[in-house]
Amino acid sequence: MSEIIRDQIDIALMVNGEPVEARVPAGQHLIDFLRLELGLTGAHASCEHGVCGACTIRVNGDAVRGCLMLAAQAEGAEVWTVEGLTDSGEIADLQEAFVARNALQCGFCTPGMLVAAQELLSRGGAPSREEIREHLSGNYCRCTGYEAIIDAVETVAGDRAGKGTA
Amino acid sequence: MKAAVGGYARARDLRHALELLSEAGGVGRVLAGGQSLVAALNMRLSTGDVLIDISTLAECRGVVDDGDTLHIGALTRHVEIGRDPLIREHAPLLADAVGLIAHAAIRNRGTIGGALANADPSAEFPACALALDAVMHVEGLAGSREVPAEDFFRDTFETALEEGEILTSISVPKAASGEAQVIEEVARRSGDYALAGLCLVRREGRHRVALFSTGPKPMLSRGAMAALDRGDLEAAVNALRGEIDPPSDTQASASYRRHLSGVLLRRTMAKIEGESR
Repeated sequence: MSEIIRDQIDIALMVNGEPVEARVPAGQHLIDFLRLELGLTGAHASCEHGVCGACTIRVNGDAVRGCLMLAAQAEGAEVWTVEGLTDSGEIADLQEAFVARNALQCGFCTPGMLVAAQELLSRGGAPSREEIREHLSGNYCRCTGYEAIIDAVETVAGDRAGKGTA
Repeated sequence: MKAAVGGYARARDLRHALELLSEAGGVGRVLAGGQSLVAALNMRLSTGDVLIDISTLAECRGVVDDGDTLHIGALTRHVEIGRDPLIREHAPLLADAVGLIAHAAIRNRGTIGGALANADPSAEFPACALALDAVMHVEGLAGSREVPAEDFFRDTFETALEEGEILTSISVPKAASGEAQVIEEVARRSGDYALAGLCLVRREGRHRVALFSTGPKPMLSRGAMAALDRGDLEAAVNALRGEIDPPSDTQASASYRRHLSGVLLRRTMAKIEGESR
């Protein structure tokens, strides 16, 4: 192996607002790094080929599939997981709405759902139920039947729009 | 499952990427957005690859107005294609295709060059490139070359890219005045790969019809194009259904795909006629 092509890669990034430095295996995806090395087990490694959305996290402002990004590619990135978004209070209203509307049962999909929903909500305005469905179409839930999740997101969109104009 | 890769290197610039690819020998794989490649690696459809990460090369990203054409960097992400005002105005087919590709989180990282170089026969962008008569710009250590879309797609996941070459950008002719560009597909769920899909471009009375998910690679239906140029939609549908040889799988039978292709041609024509009225 050459000096540049390596099987262990040094990375420096920000995770939930804190600087992290690590040496990661070349093929390790970002979710395994967050879960196994940093103990951030909120985002889930489930299908590991980009279908289920349980690994959805925020990287450089975008909701992305954590399983389809290598940890090595996170050099210099700003990563937020459900733990950080919870601590910052950014999604507190969304989390309350999920509980109030029973938008989770087993909870496995919920961290990914929250990150994906927050991306849509952060654009402002009042997305229609159709738009909410479409935006969350890449996140599987095997318990709720989705209706309660759409309700919760719709409620928060309305509440935030109301506060914005008040 | 977990990927088993042979190594990783982050390219500093295009030249560096080409040198790394050469150094990696036959096992080098170019990593762009990774939305297909990392999934394939995780499933161990491929092992031992040396990944040359080009995803941070700013020189291969963005859309530039080049006079008669749009120059689109290979690393321009789907989400960027979807909201770029130049694309919306001059190549609306690409902007409309974005809404059909996978899901928001995947569109945030997937790149147009990655989708073209991956050459998935079910993907939207390769068929769009064919319909738009795009040109692929390819770089190697020996120099650069241009490959028309019609010569680029060879077979399933197979392109005209030679070992050691990287697709760096594509050029798309700007839409002519009154030009219509439409994409339609049928998928079981939003974001799934299409059971069948079709792109239709009408430029100054001439038609181009490109299909995806109907064979081993995206293809132009020349019979349908000639019939549409004559104004004969029925003949075009018949020609189209005769020209394709779609596969049967768990998603759809060959005859259903053939049927759908004709339906999609009628839908896209109806859309064009409706718009021009």
